[in-house]
Amino acid sequence: MTVSTPSTGSTGGSAEMDRTDLVTLTIDGVQVSVAKDTLVIRAAEQVGVQIPRFCDHPLLAPVGACRQCLVDIPDAGNGRGFPKPQASCTLPVAEGMVVNTQATSEVADKAQQGIMEFLLINHPLDCPVCDKGGECPLQNQAMSNGRGESRFSAGGGLKRTYPKPINISAQVLLDRERCVLCARCTRFSEQIAGDPFIALIERGALQQVGIYEREPFDSYFSGNTIQICPVGALTSADYRFRSRPFDLVSTPGVAEHDSCGAAIRIDHRRGRVMRRLAGNDPEVNEEWISDKDRFAFHYATEPDRLGYPQIREDGELRPASWPEAFAVAARGLQAAGATGVLTGGRVTAEDAYAYSKFARVSLGTNDVDFRSRPLSAEEAAFLAAEVVLRSEVTYADLESAGTVVLAGLEPEDEAATIFLRLRKATMHGTTRVVAIAPYATRGLTKMSGHLLRTAPGDEAAALEALVEHAEHGVDSTAVILVGERLATAPGALSAAVTLARRTGARLAWVPRRAGDRGAVETGCLPNLLPGGRPVADPAARVDAAAEWGVDHLPDAVGRDADQIVAALVSGELGGLVVGGVDPDDTSDPAATRAAIAAASFVVALELRETDVTRAADVVFPVAPVADKAGTFVTWEGRPRPFDAVFSSPSSLPDLRILAGIAEELAALGHGSPLGFRTVVEARAEMEQIGPWDGERASLDGLETAPHTPSTTGHALAAWKLLVDNGTMQDGDKAYRATGRFPVARVSAATYDAHGATLTLTGDRGSVTLPAEVADLADDVVWVPANSGGRGVLADLASPGSRITVTGGNA
Amino acid sequence: MTDVLTPVLTDNWGDERAWTLASYAARGGYTALDKALSMTPDAVIAEVKDSGLRGRGGAGFPTGMKWGFIPQDNPKPKYLVVNADESEPGTCKDIPLMMASPHTLVEGVIISSYAIRANKAFIYIRGEVLHVIRRVQRAVEEAYAAGHLGTDIHGSGFDLDIVVHAGAGAYICGEETALLEGLEGRRGQPRLRPPFPAVAGLYASPTVINNVESIASVPSIIGHGQQWFASMGTEKSKGFGIFSLSGHVQTPGQYEAPLGITLRTLIDLAGGVREGHELKFWTPGGSSTPLLTAEHLDMPLDFEGVGAAGSMLGTRALQIFDDTTCVVRATLRWTEFYKHESCGKCTPCREGTWWLVQTLTALEKGQGTEADLDLLLDQCDNILGRSFCALADGAVSPIMSSIKYFRDEYVAHLTEGGCPFDPARSTAWAGQEVTA
Repeated sequence: MTVSTPSTGSTGGSAEMDRTDLVTLTIDGVQVSVAKDTLVIRAAEQVGVQIPRFCDHPLLAPVGACRQCLVDIPDAGNGRGFPKPQASCTLPVAEGMVVNTQATSEVADKAQQGIMEFLLINHPLDCPVCDKGGECPLQNQAMSNGRGESRFSAGGGLKRTYPKPINISAQVLLDRERCVLCARCTRFSEQIAGDPFIALIERGALQQVGIYEREPFDSYFSGNTIQICPVGALTSADYRFRSRPFDLVSTPGVAEHDSCGAAIRIDHRRGRVMRRLAGNDPEVNEEWISDKDRFAFHYATEPDRLGYPQIREDGELRPASWPEAFAVAARGLQAAGATGVLTGGRVTAEDAYAYSKFARVSLGTNDVDFRSRPLSAEEAAFLAAEVVLRSEVTYADLESAGTVVLAGLEPEDEAATIFLRLRKATMHGTTRVVAIAPYATRGLTKMSGHLLRTAPGDEAAALEALVEHAEHGVDSTAVILVGERLATAPGALSAAVTLARRTGARLAWVPRRAGDRGAVETGCLPNLLPGGRPVADPAARVDAAAEWGVDHLPDAVGRDADQIVAALVSGELGGLVVGGVDPDDTSDPAATRAAIAAASFVVALELRETDVTRAADVVFPVAPVADKAGTFVTWEGRPRPFDAVFSSPSSLPDLRILAGIAEELAALGHGSPLGFRTVVEARAEMEQIGPWDGERASLDGLETAPHTPSTTGHALAAWKLLVDNGTMQDGDKAYRATGRFPVARVSAATYDAHGATLTLTGDRGSVTLPAEVADLADDVVWVPANSGGRGVLADLASPGSRITVTGGNA
Repeated sequence: MTDVLTPVLTDNWGDERAWTLASYAARGGYTALDKALSMTPDAVIAEVKDSGLRGRGGAGFPTGMKWGFIPQDNPKPKYLVVNADESEPGTCKDIPLMMASPHTLVEGVIISSYAIRANKAFIYIRGEVLHVIRRVQRAVEEAYAAGHLGTDIHGSGFDLDIVVHAGAGAYICGEETALLEGLEGRRGQPRLRPPFPAVAGLYASPTVINNVESIASVPSIIGHGQQWFASMGTEKSKGFGIFSLSGHVQTPGQYEAPLGITLRTLIDLAGGVREGHELKFWTPGGSSTPLLTAEHLDMPLDFEGVGAAGSMLGTRALQIFDDTTCVVRATLRWTEFYKHESCGKCTPCREGTWWLVQTLTALEKGQGTEADLDLLLDQCDNILGRSFCALADGAVSPIMSSIKYFRDEYVAHLTEGGCPFDPARSTAWAGQEVTA
């Protein structure tokens, strides 16, 4: 239903190849036609010939360094041949070209064998202890294209050696003697990530990958270099010496850390995830993932992981059986009366659907919200009118867009896959990035982006101004990406819609969490039912009620998360069903904590023990993504289904738990059962209910809160860094050590006025941070939202509000 | 005998303070520049093309043709880069030229830049030769002061700035694309071609890269006319060139003569091989060109003649070795040089030179068997023509050619269990040792 397929019309690109762009050549006697500018090494793949290679990588610019892919070219297409073997990784095809690879040419075969022999003379024979052994391109190609015995060793040759290994970052280790100097890692860092923190240094056989001694390889994408290293030279502190490739079982998966839906491969052994790798999905993440997607998976096996249901008895939580916990939860909720549901943004679409249905048919309320962060009524209206069911923009569209406007979104931190795609597009020189942001971030600089410096709260005005400014290129070829942070800028989302309408640009909403978009599609909002059915539309309610087989659904638009919190504090609501919500992420952490304390009955569904579970009356452990099948919906609206990696009978998805409570509630005469207990059944029902084909909610007539800029103090800008204190990044110290050091960014004038250490004071507390100068307005301060203490929302103030800046340690 | 020499570039080297502008101008320096500026740039290119001048840096590519490759419709700036990174073992012509008469080069740079419509030129000088760098810097300063450089040169409306850049000590930077990398501030490693420098060279702009001697020859070609230049030399190798003789000759040094002169003539000019000894082997164009023997004494030293003998004219760096020299020892020393200078970018050069040194070292010590000679040749075969640039081709040249001509001497090392030569006898002070 909800998880629609993205529009196919706009993906563009490779669909139909124009015949005139084809070049016909002969490889090993086989004629083949390939697109012009194809490299010989890839044309050979078309006829089933694998030419050995190391430095070649289809997503990196050709370099021709390793010389492993030498082939014989008796005819370059002009009747003349090359006198010497040519590197097929740098040679484009030509009409009439004749290529003889190692399969048919002794010259090519000898050339390749010779190069392989050279590569091995300085390579240690430590395959038995090397992490790459068993999945090593050097090992494999030495077998297929090399000789069995070493003439170098037989002649008493002396290998080049180095002390082992060196840390080039806290996470990445380099064994220099294994390196074949293919420069894949350095080229990735420079060309793809834009983080040229590693480079080749020294020369000759002593050439090696190195870092500047004071700048380690702290790239958000460093793990990709480990994956594309064709030998075991680069390893991670996390995986080094942990397992052998041939002992691992690989399961494809989808990264759960952001709304990008990056394809990953989960390698596991005996019920434990040993490592994660980037999957190859050209339409989404190509072959790259962020370090967060790669390394942050230990959270699921932390010691505080919940293993069994618990119920509160005499003030203390005690273990309980599943049936008992279901029954206690149902009785408690019935007694609590009006109940709100907070799902958190990490749930799968199937789980979100269960929450959405549970609220409506079991609890009889629309008081359900997935947003566990600052939010607004404008945003809910925007999501219902402009986001749900829409799939207007894909990753490919980012590459073909003339201009991409970023508002309330810092892709490198908040949507790393988008960042890589945008950087690729800007490197090609066809796409221009314009960012409405408080300062030019490193990510924006790496995209050669243009900054429209905007103080927090002024985003609406900045978006409105874009209509008039043709020089920014916002026209029908443009794409506007709005981040979830725009919810807190009054009028900004409406302004983005207006901008899109007036220019013809396409608009997409990019939330931070993997489950956010799926929760919108499945109706985890007070104003939306599943499939984009507006709560306010009686026909939509009737439609959903009919699908669900209930008499009627609650007809009033429900409370959003902030209102649920307020209603719990005031006693209007008694019960709370809460999923993966960290109070410190919410608009007002103290209020959320107070609400949980005030609630007469709290049912918590959580992975690990938290402040919420400690305060809850019934606690259910839920399955991490590795233990369940599910679907994440990307920011594009693209469904990304995945299967369970492990099957653990005690690790149940949220939907099974909600089904259990709903059944007990129904037995008590309260609502109806959910009608499904498994992910497969939930998916089938979602398919059945389908998208709403009636009139959609509209933004027209929406009143946005007026923006009344304050002039006192400094405006607080904040977002979460990619690597920060998020609980789903727990468990890998080396990974976390690669994060950026938390600093407060201020203008040069503020820095000069207050010095190198700043104390920031807001309505919720004070934090002291080292200061760094950036091109901010003089009255704006930027801080990382969750890189110290309990985060800015709990410790300082709400982003967008005014704070006081003083020098030194207060 | 001396009338076989054609001193043009070297003619003023003996003058009093020849490196000064005053001395250079006294001989008519910078008058060719006026003549060039009165011509159209295309006419200057045509003159150089018609003269038959071929690149003096080793490869011998026709200079005028190279200039003609510069796309004049390209909106980017055009650059002239002078390759003064003279580092080839045995080559010693550009550095003495810049030392003795830097203004010859500067005038050539101005005329050449005018021809290709470059308003910025770079002279990339080998970093180790500090004295020479200072001479060239001073010459450029003098030229600016005299109005030969800067804006509106000689009232022609042509502007030119020259940057003198010091290299940082890498042989590979004599390779033109590695030189460009170095000039741009990167590590000196050769670039992938295409694009060729003529289209996307320095700062991705159209760039001509020429050797010092090529550019320094331009003023005389313009001054005397292309026919004067073409009247010297041989049919396909026109003009004159500096031949640097080193090693076991009586009077080593730079001899400027028409291309096509023979080594026999040159050795006679240099007073013959060292007293009491005979020529054993020699390199025609530095250590990267396959070595030759006494049987090639009468071979014409032009591009075609040396090529026909299986070697290359290269930079006309004639290293003369007499019968006291162990060819295995000489070859090993050269190979150690290439191992040290390999930039590391490509496998055959980086790993191959590492291995070649080990194999040759063993052979010099008399270790191994004759089969190791075939292994050595097979290593060379796996390097030659397989590498990213020509450095590795140069590295295997002395090995393959020395085995070709002196296989018996390699075998003698094995049968005698070591080097049969006394290395002291090949030194310059041989016979003058004082015994304690």
